[in-house]
Amino acid sequence: MPIINLQHVTYRYPMTEQPALEDLSLQMDEGEFVAVIGPNGAGKSTLCYTIAGFIPYFFKGELEGTVEVAGVESRQASLEQRVRSVGLVFQNPFNQISGAKYTVFEEIAFGLENLGVNREEMPARVERAMALTGITDLAERSPYALSGGQQQRVALASILVMEPRVLVLDEPTSQLDPVGTREVFEVIRNLAQRGMTVLMVEHKLEWVAAFADRVIALENGRILAEGAPAEVLTDERLLEHHFGFSRYTLAAREARKEALWPPSRRLPVTLEEAEAGFREGLGWS
Amino acid sequence: MNIEVEDLHFSYPGGVEALCGITLRVESGELVAMVGQNGSGKTTLVKHFNGLLKPSRGSVRVGGWDTRAVSVARLASRVGYVFQNPDDQLFCKTVIEEVSFGPRNLGYAPEKVEQLVRRALVMTGLAGREGANPYDLSPTWRKMVALAAVLSMDTPIVIFDEPTTGQDWQSVVRIASVIAALREEGKTVITITHDMDFCAENFARVIALGGGRVLLDGPANKVLGEAEMLAQTNVEPPQLVRLAKRLGLAETPLSIPAFVDACRRAVRRDA
Repeated sequence: MPIINLQHVTYRYPMTEQPALEDLSLQMDEGEFVAVIGPNGAGKSTLCYTIAGFIPYFFKGELEGTVEVAGVESRQASLEQRVRSVGLVFQNPFNQISGAKYTVFEEIAFGLENLGVNREEMPARVERAMALTGITDLAERSPYALSGGQQQRVALASILVMEPRVLVLDEPTSQLDPVGTREVFEVIRNLAQRGMTVLMVEHKLEWVAAFADRVIALENGRILAEGAPAEVLTDERLLEHHFGFSRYTLAAREARKEALWPPSRRLPVTLEEAEAGFREGLGWS
Repeated sequence: MNIEVEDLHFSYPGGVEALCGITLRVESGELVAMVGQNGSGKTTLVKHFNGLLKPSRGSVRVGGWDTRAVSVARLASRVGYVFQNPDDQLFCKTVIEEVSFGPRNLGYAPEKVEQLVRRALVMTGLAGREGANPYDLSPTWRKMVALAAVLSMDTPIVIFDEPTTGQDWQSVVRIASVIAALREEGKTVITITHDMDFCAENFARVIALGGGRVLLDGPANKVLGEAEMLAQTNVEPPQLVRLAKRLGLAETPLSIPAFVDACRRAVRRDA
């Protein structure tokens, strides 16, 4: 049974005509890592809010269809059920940091306090979340006296610490340096391999290609393409609809015009695929 | 207009030393990208260029003005700064008010204000959205409003703090075109970015900061090829530079045409 099951979901924000999501159906299995890509305004954040239950609880508006997460229809789920099953990392860490805490350590413990976790259990869980996100050094700093990228890691840690079954991330690496981005992808893949279900909105196609099990390309509130990263991220419709391709894919596409990329080979989406294809194309393999 | 930074040190209240002796010059009309790990001091450094922060030690001169001796308001006529987070910057009820505020505040005549505002709106793709409330726009468009509000001040130096963060392909292309237009106008552009592909394709010079110091400073094709040094500050070379390296190509290709060229030359050399 899928842990996330959206059937024919259409959603309109209050006082809008145009649906932000339109007749969207999506199933995810436990432990799956799905990346959602799409232009700004495609409905990516709206999809995150819908799965996390912020729609319709926080954002009112009109929700049609069914949204089932961990076996519970989201409109029937209590706040506690929702919080325990889904964690949402916001696009902008400034919106997530509580403002109620003086240190990073306390900030990360905040969710556990609200869940009523034993006091003895908390420090170890907080330490683990800080280690996973590489912010152990920041434990005693104020969450507000950090750089944008550091705050983004704090926001991620403050959700991971609650160990939700489903983790929804809205561009969690947008302000991270390149190595930090790769580390976050690695952490998230490891969590998925241990059974956490992950839906992650992301623009960085190189890392989506290398880490996600499945890619959903969203446009105008609908799914434009869906499947394995290698298929979706080389789908020409993505270029027509201004999603862009990674530089590997674009370079091979150009090189193919001059027979520098083997004509029978699919365009690459990762560094390794690009290397193998160009070796063959340049006659070096 | 140039910027001269001389042995700049800066500590935040509470003692975190963010900059530990930075010396560099940015010449008039240069396009400079600033890269480096989170917390390496990039934002702290550029906030010295418009006087938002003042050196704890050392000096920063903008077109000869010592930033400690000049008010932020006066520096605003020389240095435009687009914040990382547009929500830190925007405060007006409509796009047009927001974009007009800067040039009006600098005391330009109404006709000039109108002309500068129009140019900024066209450059950022905001024409047609003049009446919108910036907070009703998506974060992408809010970012464009933040850009336009600075472009309209027509300052000789423009600083962008992570302009492509959270932006889709089309907006990144639009931001690249804004930078190209500023170059045509002879402006000095300094941009903080974590997007190394965007960095490679749009900036002639790259400065890598790490731990509050300059680790690398030079032409993009030199700096972006220094994988080991860049790794010290959590930066990886751009995709095509990494690919070229794996393939053993001699060049450091900064764009798709440059990469395809390098392949072509390699094949010819073999033949």
